[in-house]
Amino acid sequence: MAGTIAGQDRRKAFMLLSPAYLWLTVAVFLPLSAMAYFSFLSDVPFGGKDWHFTIANYRAFFETGTYATLMWKSLKLGLIVTAVSVVVGFPCAYVLAKVVKGRAREALFLLVILPFWSNSLVRIFSWAIVLRGNGVLDRAVNAVLPWDVKLNLMFSPTAIVIGLVHSYLPYVILTSYLALQAIDDSLIEAARSLGAKRRTILWRLILPLAAPGIIAGAVLIFVPVVGSFMEPRLLGGRLGTYYGTVIEDQFVAVFNWPLGAALSFILLAVVLAILAAASPMLKRAAT
Amino acid sequence: MAEVRVERLVKAYGAARALDEVTLDFPDGGFFGLLGPSGSGKTTLLRAIAGFVVPDTGRVFIGGAPVENVPVEHREIGMVFQNYALFPNMTVEENVAFGLVVRKTGAAETAKRVREALELVQLGHLATRKTHQLSGGQRQRVAMARAIVTRPRVLLLDEPLSALDKALRVDMQIELKRIQREVGITTIFVTHDQEEALTLSDRIGILKDGRLVRHGPPREVYDDPRDPFTAQFLGDANLIEGTPEPEGLRLSDGKLLPGLKGPTIAVRPESLRLDTTEPTAPFRLRARLQQRIFGGAMGTCIIDWQGRPLKAVGRDADFRGLPDAGDVWLSWPKESTIEFRANA
Repeated sequence: MAGTIAGQDRRKAFMLLSPAYLWLTVAVFLPLSAMAYFSFLSDVPFGGKDWHFTIANYRAFFETGTYATLMWKSLKLGLIVTAVSVVVGFPCAYVLAKVVKGRAREALFLLVILPFWSNSLVRIFSWAIVLRGNGVLDRAVNAVLPWDVKLNLMFSPTAIVIGLVHSYLPYVILTSYLALQAIDDSLIEAARSLGAKRRTILWRLILPLAAPGIIAGAVLIFVPVVGSFMEPRLLGGRLGTYYGTVIEDQFVAVFNWPLGAALSFILLAVVLAILAAASPMLKRAAT
Repeated sequence: MAEVRVERLVKAYGAARALDEVTLDFPDGGFFGLLGPSGSGKTTLLRAIAGFVVPDTGRVFIGGAPVENVPVEHREIGMVFQNYALFPNMTVEENVAFGLVVRKTGAAETAKRVREALELVQLGHLATRKTHQLSGGQRQRVAMARAIVTRPRVLLLDEPLSALDKALRVDMQIELKRIQREVGITTIFVTHDQEEALTLSDRIGILKDGRLVRHGPPREVYDDPRDPFTAQFLGDANLIEGTPEPEGLRLSDGKLLPGLKGPTIAVRPESLRLDTTEPTAPFRLRARLQQRIFGGAMGTCIIDWQGRPLKAVGRDADFRGLPDAGDVWLSWPKESTIEFRANA
């Protein structure tokens, strides 16, 4: 009896889960394994090219220091963008969750989400218009300040950071907002009744309780920023060579898919290793 | 320890006045219950004393000193919230220690006082637990310990027992009273449960629509409610209205209640007697029994008199022999009639 019921349950569970498994197979597993396959080839297996299995693509990463240097540069970019996003985004989330109420909150939310809804190329090019010499920002600053300022942020690491922060800020705002929203106002009142000042409440109560949300947002930002290529290329110009742009080059310009695939997998491994190493710390903060 | 006084306190939200000229003294070391229906302003009054609500006009004194310009964190109060508001990221111990850590009390002193406070609420053995591992009653005790460990001048309790089930609530009432007596701290608590207010407080204040209707020792207020609202709110009294005449109160059904002035009198549900034959008591009414509700030892009868619902409460045995519904006689002894001095 028990066996048949368990069998029925298993069949039902399989039927209910099969769309999800199908989706995972088609959308995640197949493309990833295709890329994994490519990464072990000497050349693309079409267009009548000669190819054989090799690990040369992975070896290439270690043979020259260039890739490792670029990887480090991209990781640093990821850290900076994540840090700036958290520092800017958390106060925004706090204001949204705890200060403004009603219609004003809805309006501000719309503004926060707006970058998500605009085309990323349009977004980046509008930053280019703002940041270049004699651009919007340059003129605005000169209109306000009495002395002459030369402000040309275009094609600099700063421009890349600004563009990336703008694109990814909503993630940390939304995740922090949800975490802050879950903190009961009476907790803050209780802390005040016990004599705690705002700063104490922030450090001892709000930040620890919102930590899971902040961390979730930080991870959501860090991972794609390390592999980003569009913002570095368009806003960084000559300085905009990062790990992500190199991978893009392999696919789009050089047509060396196997190397691009191998570099992608190395990046994936490094990011996973970083998250795994940080996970004890993240877990502690999340409880 | 300090006495608290509020003077002509006014707080309006738009057109609605949550507090309307409330003046009230809370004696030093007393247990004061603020009672009223929801929306009566009792919580607003408590939060104005705490400092979370800034009154539009009026004054608040703690220990004789005005505190309108003192922020909550400097008022030296202890507060227990309706949902306890324990810090979920801290253990029981850390929760209780919070107020001391904030005051930069030394480690040894902090540990000693936290231990004492937890022992006072009989939770010494759970000091290292996380708050989500506690039952409702235990959380309530932690909240109490946390509020009193800083030795505040006033303890404010916002419906502290409403989240507990009935059996636990009765236990905690006794416990709360014991703790308050041992610490001897001026305590003000808000409740909508009249029984709780009568059991715990040595003084009560009754609020209605932002106004203080009546205050005093519970027995005094209960025995002599002075106004129909208090009579109805405290003790569920039935209000009976009529026209005053020289020889008594003439009711709308033509009956005369001799010797009563009116125009409104009240009779408590437990004073009403129900009979199928006409009783001899001078105060008797012809009414219609609508429903008998069995409640174990005590029963309730819902009665319709001249289109007004009345309630009678008694031991189930008192109502035996009555039909489930139908015409009955209502009567009550002269001495349990509540008359109002100033009729509203």
